[in-house]
Amino acid sequence: MLLEIDKVRKVFGDHVILDGLDLSVAEHEVVALIGASGSGKSTLLRCVNLLTEVDDGTIHLDGEEITDPRADPDLIRRRIGLVFQSYNLFPHMTVLDNITLAPVRVHRRSSGDAKAQAMQWLDRVGLAEKAGAYPDRLSGGQQQRVAIVRALVNNPRLLLLDEVTSALDPELVGEVLTMIRELKNDGMTMVLATHEMGFAKQVADRVAFLDGGRVLEQGPPEQVLGDPVEPRTRQFLARIIEAGRL
Amino acid sequence: MSHTPSTRQQERIAYRRGRAVRSVLLAATSTAVVGTVLAVGITGAPGWDRVKESFFDPDTAVEYLPEILDGLWLNVKLLVVCATCAMTLGLLIAVLRTLRGPVFFPVRALATGYTYSFRGLPLIIVIYLFAFGVPGLRLQGTPDVLVLGAAAITVTYGAYLAEVFRAGIESVHPSQIAAARSLGLSYRQAMRHVVLPQAVRRVAPPLLNDTVALQKDVGLISLAGPIDAIRAAQIGVAQNADFTPYVVAGVLFVLLALPLIAVTDWVTLRAARRQNAGS
Repeated sequence: MLLEIDKVRKVFGDHVILDGLDLSVAEHEVVALIGASGSGKSTLLRCVNLLTEVDDGTIHLDGEEITDPRADPDLIRRRIGLVFQSYNLFPHMTVLDNITLAPVRVHRRSSGDAKAQAMQWLDRVGLAEKAGAYPDRLSGGQQQRVAIVRALVNNPRLLLLDEVTSALDPELVGEVLTMIRELKNDGMTMVLATHEMGFAKQVADRVAFLDGGRVLEQGPPEQVLGDPVEPRTRQFLARIIEAGRL
Repeated sequence: MSHTPSTRQQERIAYRRGRAVRSVLLAATSTAVVGTVLAVGITGAPGWDRVKESFFDPDTAVEYLPEILDGLWLNVKLLVVCATCAMTLGLLIAVLRTLRGPVFFPVRALATGYTYSFRGLPLIIVIYLFAFGVPGLRLQGTPDVLVLGAAAITVTYGAYLAEVFRAGIESVHPSQIAAARSLGLSYRQAMRHVVLPQAVRRVAPPLLNDTVALQKDVGLISLAGPIDAIRAAQIGVAQNADFTPYVVAGVLFVLLALPLIAVTDWVTLRAARRQNAGS
């Protein structure tokens, strides 16, 4: 297993967000996390990327325990890419500088080398002519695609996507989803928290429904989204269908 | 594509033009009235002739201008050195105050104590303490009074600038640090490449404003003895029992400040435009 999450617990104040959650992800697998707002999808991703400290349990990446307090979080984060709902591009840097910052400063690659690789990616996602632009000149969909490229140039073992289309206008969602679909074809291992059930169905190998701080139900998308076993999952999906999102 | 405004739009344009003309006329009239009242009031005052003689005497002004200009050169040099040092010190203190964790408690406490005490202490007292207190210790290698005075100004302004920088650092959203750290950057790298560049840009207007204030306050070094523009003017006043040299020095200070103030306004305007452009 590439990623193994074991009985992870996270508490904010007296609010239990994750309550002994288990989840494992194999290499090249795409797992979609679904569940109501506040069910802990984002918190789980932040725990895996060590932006949030777990209160109990362990997380292993490639068999190495990353929740060990002696492990260097900077070294571990280099192997995990994280893309945020709100893009979080650096507004004072051009698109190209946003992408090459980590390769140059963290991975100590030469500036020319990093730029060439960044341009290759931008070309591939159709944003080459935006290389010199500042983020505020880009649409939400373009910013999010740049954010994904920024995570990818570090060649991560695992890519975490946190509601990456939730802040986008409906007509811009497609371009981001297409990019993620291509990454899946490349064999990238991904864990994505999403509200896009239709997309989860298409791209995910497995869907995990989070409820009460645990994975209540998981399995192939057709089963979890089409014929769920748990009443809570049925309730959740009924609300989604009611909102016209499935 | 050419567009001919509708009659309604033409009416609107004509109406707005009429209002604009009226506003300009009104402003011109009120300015003229206020100006006349001031001129008549001051020159018509019973003591005007005496004041004119002892504050605005052209001969005295010309006589002391070279000395005052010499002194002003010292002010300019002090401004450049003190502004550079105070900004560096302020930035350092601001960064130290953001450090988390128990290991850094003493550093944080020291930095906080510094900004609290030196923002409260009057600059004049700091100058006296540094310029007269430190040499009083009779230590070997005590620097010149000029250097001590400059140090007093730097230390006082550093405390103000530290707070300006800290406000800037805190205005950068935590998600920016999260994004930087998620890419593998260390705390230091995130600070250096992501937080500080944004923070400094945001606080450029207040930073420059404090520099304008510093521009005047470097004149307080005259209290410690060095002959700057104010000290040179003071000597002239004492020699002639005529306040004209002070007025000359005052005018020169204003002229010196003008470019800095213009730059400050320009930067502030640009920052406001950027903010309004949205992101």
